[in-house]
Amino acid sequence: MLRTKNSRWAAAPYLVWMAVFIVVPLLIVIWYALTNSDGAFTLENLTSIGRYTSVFGRSLLLAAEATVICLVLAFPVGYFLSRLRSNKQHIMLMLVMLPMWMNFLLRTYAWMTLLEKNGLINKFLGLFGIGPFNMINTSGAVVLGMVYNYLPYMILPLYTAMTKIDDSIIEAAQDLGSNPGQILGRVLIPLSKPGIATGITMVFVPSVSTFIISRMLGGGANLLIGDLIELQFLGNSYNLNLGSAMSLVLMVIVLLCMSFTSTFDEEEMEGVM
Amino acid sequence: MNKHHSRLLQRTYLVLIFGFMYLPIAVLIAYSFNENKSRTVFSGFTLGWYKSLLHNEMILSALGLSVVLALVSSVLATVLGTLATIGIHSMSRKSQLIINNISYVPVVNPEIITGVSLMLLFVLCGRLGIGGDNGLFGWTTLLIAHITFNVPYVIFNVAPKLRQLDPSLYTAALDLGCTPRQAFFKVLLPQLSPAILSAFLICLTYSIDDFIISYFNCGTMQTLPIAIYSMTRKKVSPEINALSAIMFLVILGIILISNAADSHVYRKNQAAIRRDAAGQKEVEAA
Repeated sequence: MLRTKNSRWAAAPYLVWMAVFIVVPLLIVIWYALTNSDGAFTLENLTSIGRYTSVFGRSLLLAAEATVICLVLAFPVGYFLSRLRSNKQHIMLMLVMLPMWMNFLLRTYAWMTLLEKNGLINKFLGLFGIGPFNMINTSGAVVLGMVYNYLPYMILPLYTAMTKIDDSIIEAAQDLGSNPGQILGRVLIPLSKPGIATGITMVFVPSVSTFIISRMLGGGANLLIGDLIELQFLGNSYNLNLGSAMSLVLMVIVLLCMSFTSTFDEEEMEGVM
Repeated sequence: MNKHHSRLLQRTYLVLIFGFMYLPIAVLIAYSFNENKSRTVFSGFTLGWYKSLLHNEMILSALGLSVVLALVSSVLATVLGTLATIGIHSMSRKSQLIINNISYVPVVNPEIITGVSLMLLFVLCGRLGIGGDNGLFGWTTLLIAHITFNVPYVIFNVAPKLRQLDPSLYTAALDLGCTPRQAFFKVLLPQLSPAILSAFLICLTYSIDDFIISYFNCGTMQTLPIAIYSMTRKKVSPEINALSAIMFLVILGIILISNAADSHVYRKNQAAIRRDAAGQKEVEAA
């Protein structure tokens, strides 16, 4: 049938492509990270990252905050959506995905309008005599931007996982005397674990590596790993070797995060596709 | 808490969350009609920003580049990916696993890393003298980058469909005298075409929307997201609001149309099933 020796050759163009444009570039990153500008081996790039510990710490912290907030906000949404009638579910799902289709630069830019010193939120609060608050260019604004941009990535896998929870399981728990807290802790959360794992990776990975959100909403004071990397490659402190070392560290962070969440569930990627 | 209250609570929560998700978009669109250039004072209604958007050379050429790039890269990625899927399908389990894992790399890696790793490759090529005096950066690098991050999505969309296919249909075609090429084009491809089409559409949207990977590989060229980025860096003009309003409407339109088409097909299928069932009953009754 299909599995003939000849049909294997159909994959040949892609295999070449994959080797040249996926594997080789990653090897180049490693090579650059371990050499200096003359091409000699050095660990200096990696050790000098120590100077930026605070930036790496801030990135991890803000991304973790955003991930937790997304999880807390999205969990009820996923649950409520999964309990709707199926034609309503369809419409609500569209509503969740629609903002994702808007260019994310435009969405983040909209928050600049809202959060500015004389922006809309401060104007609105001013009507009641409150404020003005200093909201933009704070780490809180960066977290808000991350939550806003990546919330759908948390809602969708949670929703997918929860549609598989049968109403009768929840009813059985109720009949057997569980209070809402127990239903949440012993039924809903364990059964939606694959969705939680996927959601965490899908929010954490882009949050920890972003450089646009921090630049637009965080001002100059809230530099993240992404900003540092961007500065090495296209910015003022052009240094490809240091930038590669930073990318390497970022990749390790992401891998650690993913191996942590994949222990929840082996099929974690299924919700993504 | 009775049922009525909990339902009310659910509704309120959903409204709040959707309010959070749509508020910024509503603000963007509202200010596209603002006469004043300010982002905060609303002084009067105008359509002037839409007019000046249509004469904005930078945005129009960026839009053109984005559309052409998306089309070309998606076509190439779809062809490359579909061929790859068929090839990978006939390999041993072990090589399948290795190839799939490598293909996952651009999907799970942070985009910035895919972006800079490709950039390093092109910088290195430039140092080796490939691409002439100006280096490679520009159309070629953008195209390569977009194909690279799109192909895995094609593979992961088409592969499940290919696994579900009935292999005996292909064998039957060969038995009935098809050459392998005919069997491929007349039997295999038509069965895969829905999956291939949806993969193509996914590629289009990813390609049009991509900012980060393009940003590192565009040289001096500007795709639409890059043009938007450079607009947000400068003194901002409400043209950008007009642009987002138009984009929102276009996306909404596409979604509504595809939804309507889906439910039309669904209703048609349901009707056909009912007709078949009725026909069956009649036959049984006779």
